[in-house]
Amino acid sequence: MILPLRVAGLSFAAGGRAIIDRVSIDIEAGPSTIILGANGAGKSVLMRLMHGLLQPTAGRVEWSAPAVRRQQAMVFQRPVMLRRSALANVIYALEAAGLRGTGTERAAMQALDEVGLAHVAQRPARVLSGGEQQRLALARAWALHPEVLFLDEPTANLDPGATREIETVIKAFDAAGTKIVMSTHSLGQARRLGDEVIFLHQGRVAERAPVERFFPQPASAEAAAFVKGELPWA
Amino acid sequence: MLEGVFADPRLWQIVALSLAVSLSAVALATLIAMPLGAAIAVARFPGRQALIVVLNALMGLPPVVVGLFIYLLLSRAGPLGELGLLFTPAAMVIAQTVLVLPIIAALTRQSVEDAWQEYREQLRSLGVDGWRAALTVLWDIRFSLLTAVLAGLGRASAEVGAVMIVGGNIDGVTRVMTTTIALETSKGDLPLALGLGMVLIAVVLALNAAAHLVKEAAQRRHG
Amino acid sequence: MGMIRAFLAALLCVSFAANAQQRFITVASTTSTEQSGLFKHLLPAFESKTGIQVRVVALGTGQALDMGRRGDADVVFVHARPLEEKFVADGYGVQRQGVMYNDFILVGPKSDPAKVAGSKEILEAFTKIRSARAPFASRGDKSGTHFAEVELWKAAGVDIARDKGPWYRETGSGMGPTLNTASGMNAYALTDRGTWLSFKNRGELVVAVEGDRRLFNQYGVILVNPAKHPHVKKEMGRAFIDWLLSREGQDAIAAYKIGGEQLFFPNAGE
Repeated sequence: MILPLRVAGLSFAAGGRAIIDRVSIDIEAGPSTIILGANGAGKSVLMRLMHGLLQPTAGRVEWSAPAVRRQQAMVFQRPVMLRRSALANVIYALEAAGLRGTGTERAAMQALDEVGLAHVAQRPARVLSGGEQQRLALARAWALHPEVLFLDEPTANLDPGATREIETVIKAFDAAGTKIVMSTHSLGQARRLGDEVIFLHQGRVAERAPVERFFPQPASAEAAAFVKGELPWA
Repeated sequence: MLEGVFADPRLWQIVALSLAVSLSAVALATLIAMPLGAAIAVARFPGRQALIVVLNALMGLPPVVVGLFIYLLLSRAGPLGELGLLFTPAAMVIAQTVLVLPIIAALTRQSVEDAWQEYREQLRSLGVDGWRAALTVLWDIRFSLLTAVLAGLGRASAEVGAVMIVGGNIDGVTRVMTTTIALETSKGDLPLALGLGMVLIAVVLALNAAAHLVKEAAQRRHG
Repeated sequence: MGMIRAFLAALLCVSFAANAQQRFITVASTTSTEQSGLFKHLLPAFESKTGIQVRVVALGTGQALDMGRRGDADVVFVHARPLEEKFVADGYGVQRQGVMYNDFILVGPKSDPAKVAGSKEILEAFTKIRSARAPFASRGDKSGTHFAEVELWKAAGVDIARDKGPWYRETGSGMGPTLNTASGMNAYALTDRGTWLSFKNRGELVVAVEGDRRLFNQYGVILVNPAKHPHVKKEMGRAFIDWLLSREGQDAIAAYKIGGEQLFFPNAGE
């Protein structure tokens, strides 16, 4: 078990600006965590710091066990697919994690099936629609059965129909026991998918609360303003 | 008079040799240069910028200088004389490979580096790093790399300086299109030289057209 | 992609293997000899008789001798006697033997600015050209022809290194390119008869001076010394030289004509 994840005094600066400013949080197994905030609040950077794609300028990101790559996966806002079939993309991820042999193709098909893409397994991934590609990204991430699934604004570029499909898949993964850590600026999405909310404002954690407590009445002023829709782009 | 030339089997033997030499050189250079270019695009190390500048500059290596260098290496009086490669088609392939390698490497480096921005995060998220990542990107952008290969082929089939020096323009053995054109020009037979030049251009054009069609067909299949 | 690579590899192997299996010698000779077409006429007879392929690398005389010094050729076949004798004396060649001669001619523009046309006196012609500062194209490339030209200037009492002006153009290249330049510039040039007879870009150039004994151009053949370069194919090289000097070889040389005119005059043993 690589969870809980302990983030202590985490800071990230670029171009002289502090994008993440002394964030200290613990991510526990179980409830799905939504990182909520306005554009520019630092959500994407925080996700990347936790996933290990960025090195902090100060502070620590500590997993509870030596984290093997495949135990945490990430889905990005824009899916990046290799120029090969949908199935081959999932197989690529499995092989990158060291899985080889007859089982991989079956495991990959299973993942495609989970997200409803089994019928396009042989189609070139790049000709799929935006929503389908994002579902494929989910299949690829989930095929490894990671303990933690990071999602960085996964539906920001999708239409409502595709968004609904993605949310259905995420809910299914959550139900299956995968820890969901997802960033979004959509209040509705946070309410639909989240169990707890971490509200980020200008690189700092302004508030953290269970969804039932956060949405009717946020405790912090910044969160309240955001929920009311008054917060300007940070 | 020129019709007689086109019917002469020796002309087509010369064309065949030209293609064999240049295509071999491009194939060999591609095998070495593409992974090399991809590696430079993806890796970070001290002196990387300087290396890129030098690699780009080597695209302009004068063929006659390369020819001279390889000649000195392969001459009996030189370090690799024992191999007895001088004045053979093999020597011409070696010289053209050296000439074409930097072109393919530099263009590959640029293409991979441009694509790397798109692939970097996703590949690292999947735990793919270093060589594996470079080769994955290389394979993914393979259709756009065709241009680099064609640039190399253009350079190889057009040059005369290197093959003249290391090949010796021996009749029936190392005489290729460009050295034949040079020979006929120096003999004053300008119409023949020009005719041969047209043949050379037509052959290279046909190769480019074929490559383009293959690329289009493959792209349609793979997206 | 993989299929294409396999095809190329096969092509490579086939063309190179074919060459590798051949018994052959490498002969360093001069561009003027090759461009005269002599080898195309001569070599098939030798090859069908002995099965030895003769690969001729045509360079300037100086470069051909350098090739011999480096051991990159088995036989050297050039036309600059003093240089050939030095080559042997320095130990790079076994023995120099005369094979044939042709002659040089002076070509020049039809307008003949130096007034030398029709003469049989080459030294007088050179002096007149120098005085008139008429345009002259020289090879300037260490070749046998260039060497002969320099000797003629010397014999005519002209210090060409000192006296050359804009009228004297050194092209640094072979006979053909030099004639191209002469044709384009309407200049005089010293050329071997063989190259002239096959030269197609004459423009306004015509023969100005010929027949002077000083224009006699002797060819010599030398086996590169196996003592200095053990890999030299001495038996096959010797076979080629012996054939050139034999009745059969000498007759073949005499039989070579362009437009009915004989180019080379065999004189082995003289």
